[in-house]
Amino acid sequence: MVELVLFVIFGLAAVFGGVTMVWARNPVYGAMGLMLTMFSIAVFYVSNSAHFVAAVQVIIYAGAVMTLFLFVIMLVGVDKAEDRTENLPVQRELALGLLVLFGAGVLLAGRAAWTTGVGIAGNPVNGTVEAIGDELFHKWLLPFEVTALLLIVAAAGAIALAFFGSGEDPEEVEA
Amino acid sequence: MTVTPGWYMALAALLFVIGMSGILLRRNALVMFMSVELMLNAVNLSFVAAGRELNVIDGQVSVFFVMVVAAAEVVVGLAIIVAVFRTRRTASVDELSEMRG
Amino acid sequence: MDLLVSLTILLPLGGAVLLLFGGKRIGEPGAGWLGTLTVAGAFGAAVLPALDFFTGEGHAANIRWFEWIPGLGVDASLLWDPLSAVMALIVTGVGTLIHLYSIGYMAGDERLGRFFAYLNLFVASMMILVLADNFAMLFVGWELVGLSSYLLISFWFERDTAAAAGKKAFIVNRVGDVGFIVALMLVFATFGSLEFGTVFEAVPAELATGTATAIGLLLLIGAAGKSAQLPLYVWLPDAMEGPTPVSALIHAATMVTAGVYMVARTSVIFEASPTAGAAVAIVGAATALFAATVAMAQNDIKRVLAYSTISQLGYMFMGVGAAAYVAGVFHLMTHAFFKALLFLGAGSVIHGMSDEQDMRRMGGLARVMPVTFATMAIAWLAISGMPPFAGFWSKDEILAVLFERGGAWQLLWGVGILTALLTAFYMTRMMWLTFFGERRWAEGLHPHESPAVMTLPLIALAGLSVVGGLVNTPFRLGLEHFLEPAFEAVTLAHAPHGTTALALAAVSVGFGLAGIALAAMLYRGRVPSEGAGLWRVVGRGYYVDDVYAQVFARTGKLGAAWLAFRFDTRVVDGAVEGVGGLTRRIGGWLRPLQTGFVRSYGVIMLTGIVALLAWFLSRGAL
Repeated sequence: MVELVLFVIFGLAAVFGGVTMVWARNPVYGAMGLMLTMFSIAVFYVSNSAHFVAAVQVIIYAGAVMTLFLFVIMLVGVDKAEDRTENLPVQRELALGLLVLFGAGVLLAGRAAWTTGVGIAGNPVNGTVEAIGDELFHKWLLPFEVTALLLIVAAAGAIALAFFGSGEDPEEVEA
Repeated sequence: MTVTPGWYMALAALLFVIGMSGILLRRNALVMFMSVELMLNAVNLSFVAAGRELNVIDGQVSVFFVMVVAAAEVVVGLAIIVAVFRTRRTASVDELSEMRG
Repeated sequence: MDLLVSLTILLPLGGAVLLLFGGKRIGEPGAGWLGTLTVAGAFGAAVLPALDFFTGEGHAANIRWFEWIPGLGVDASLLWDPLSAVMALIVTGVGTLIHLYSIGYMAGDERLGRFFAYLNLFVASMMILVLADNFAMLFVGWELVGLSSYLLISFWFERDTAAAAGKKAFIVNRVGDVGFIVALMLVFATFGSLEFGTVFEAVPAELATGTATAIGLLLLIGAAGKSAQLPLYVWLPDAMEGPTPVSALIHAATMVTAGVYMVARTSVIFEASPTAGAAVAIVGAATALFAATVAMAQNDIKRVLAYSTISQLGYMFMGVGAAAYVAGVFHLMTHAFFKALLFLGAGSVIHGMSDEQDMRRMGGLARVMPVTFATMAIAWLAISGMPPFAGFWSKDEILAVLFERGGAWQLLWGVGILTALLTAFYMTRMMWLTFFGERRWAEGLHPHESPAVMTLPLIALAGLSVVGGLVNTPFRLGLEHFLEPAFEAVTLAHAPHGTTALALAAVSVGFGLAGIALAAMLYRGRVPSEGAGLWRVVGRGYYVDDVYAQVFARTGKLGAAWLAFRFDTRVVDGAVEGVGGLTRRIGGWLRPLQTGFVRSYGVIMLTGIVALLAWFLSRGAL
């Protein structure tokens, strides 16, 4: 019962956030909408007993990623009013048509069963830190290490682009 | 009626479609990027729901990894947008085309 | 004995290979002597096994070389029986004399080695043909002699006319070969084998008259091509472009007789189909008369002889067509002697006259070239059917057989008699214009007799032309007895004896004398001019060549031109370029997809995804 209520409310919120993000003229409003969606999804995670992931979602996604987005939006220019005319031919019609088809296809695909795996019966998932940590450091150790490496590479890449990108001489850039 | 994981997946599909529409219909690079994030979130949701349906923790572990990678991707992607903006002074992806015919 | 028979082929073949690769190194006149010796060796190798047949002790033998086409049950093997022995002796014997002659005639030619290589190749090929034990090998020999003929006709290929003549010979032969090949197919289909022994034994039991007629007629087509009968004779006059020894050997004595030999060898089949036999005889008769008329109006000494050969071959065909196989082969033999002599003699004249071939510019050569004149005179008498020279006996036997068969055959006898008159006429004309009368040659020309190496073969052949006929006179049928084992399975037509024989002989001799007299009267002190009206038509061979050129050659050329310039450039090239153009056009359609706009790419991606999704859904995999 509780879950149902939560689902309806936050489901609507998520959809509203998403639509806002796509429709808003001002990108800042869009970012706000996206944050709403992310919070809603965090609530859903909790409903599904994925507590750790919910925390991570809020901290990292809503906290760090969206903040980063807002920074860049401010940097790039908030006051630019985007022209609503579409200059690519048939883009709108095609996109909408295809999207409807896609959505219908997905819903149709899931009418029988949403998952195809076998699963373990009678073992409700508990997404605690210990559980995830246990899984992560035993079964998924290698992907874990690789992802760490990926983060380092990304950080280095970002610095390189920010400081040395667009042909500027590295020595002339002030630290 | 109880909320089955299937509901969450349907919702995830809807969010995914909305995100995709953002990519196809908006010209602003940042909005497009945010739409990508929305899509990733939708997928994460479906992962968790699937994990719940199958009673395995692997769904949540996958979400963990997706989040990490998404974060890294955002970092680099935004850095690129900033770099592009510095030279081109525009955030519209349409202007970034150099193909002639 | 097997080895000796095989040597008759292998010796000339080895000579050909040696001379092809080392001819230049051996040089003159060594190459010539080498070529002559191999053929002489072949002759020697043929004599010894043939002696057995003379004494009546010999028997037919099969000499197996190796397995060749298992699928057709055909081996590479030789058949040595009296018929092949006779042919072998003629080919190698006359061949040796002609090789000897060529040493003198072709002296100074820069490709002497190659000439003798080709000549040897020819002898080897002809031997394969006459010694073959099955139709397939016969065909191999058939084609090889055609090849040798082509190589030798266009030996002086720098001359356009020579090159064209070689091509013409090959192509016209090919037309005949179509008939031959279809005949072979029929034989195989009917008998399941191509071996002579197997096929001929099965004929009485398994061969229906209709099939026999079909096979016989198809074989006739092949023979007509190779032996220059109507309507496939047109290549022979042009083949005179080749050196005279070539004309002597190939186009008088041996290759052109392959058709006659083939009919004689397959006598069993023709026995089973009187229609086919009659067809052979009729073709022969028509050809004999036709060619004789054309020969009367020729001014080139070699062309007279060419048409004469065609005419005499017609006689041979009349013989074998009337089931007088022995008579036909007999005439083949005597004709080889005197026609080779005539050609070699003509060559001697041409050689002595510094390559002049037009008889209107000769005359009075008898005193200048006595040996040549004497020997050619003997040949002249032989071909005109004057006893006791060789030609009389053989020609007379054919005519007598024709008369004896009665009914419609006597019509053919009449044609033969008339042709005999014409033969005597044109030969006398030729002799008169060349050797008698006033000197008409150009100033500064010094005609001389030919060297010994050339006159010796002339003398030898003259001797053969005198006594050669005596092997098969009505008083002593030597050749017929010799060949009897080869023709056991057929009923030979016989010549009459007694008074009828004498009367017929008198008639034919009389006609011959009449021809000689006519020519002597007409050409005493008179030189033929180009001639008007009918004479010109005859001289041009009734324009048959021109008709062929218009109907076949021109349509062929038009067809080829159409193919080359219309079909090839438009259709074939068009297709190739069309593919390129199509690719370019498709590229042009696809290029607008590369817009450079990320969002367009996104739409395309989405299209792909939706398509995949739809496909999976339709398959029920989801």
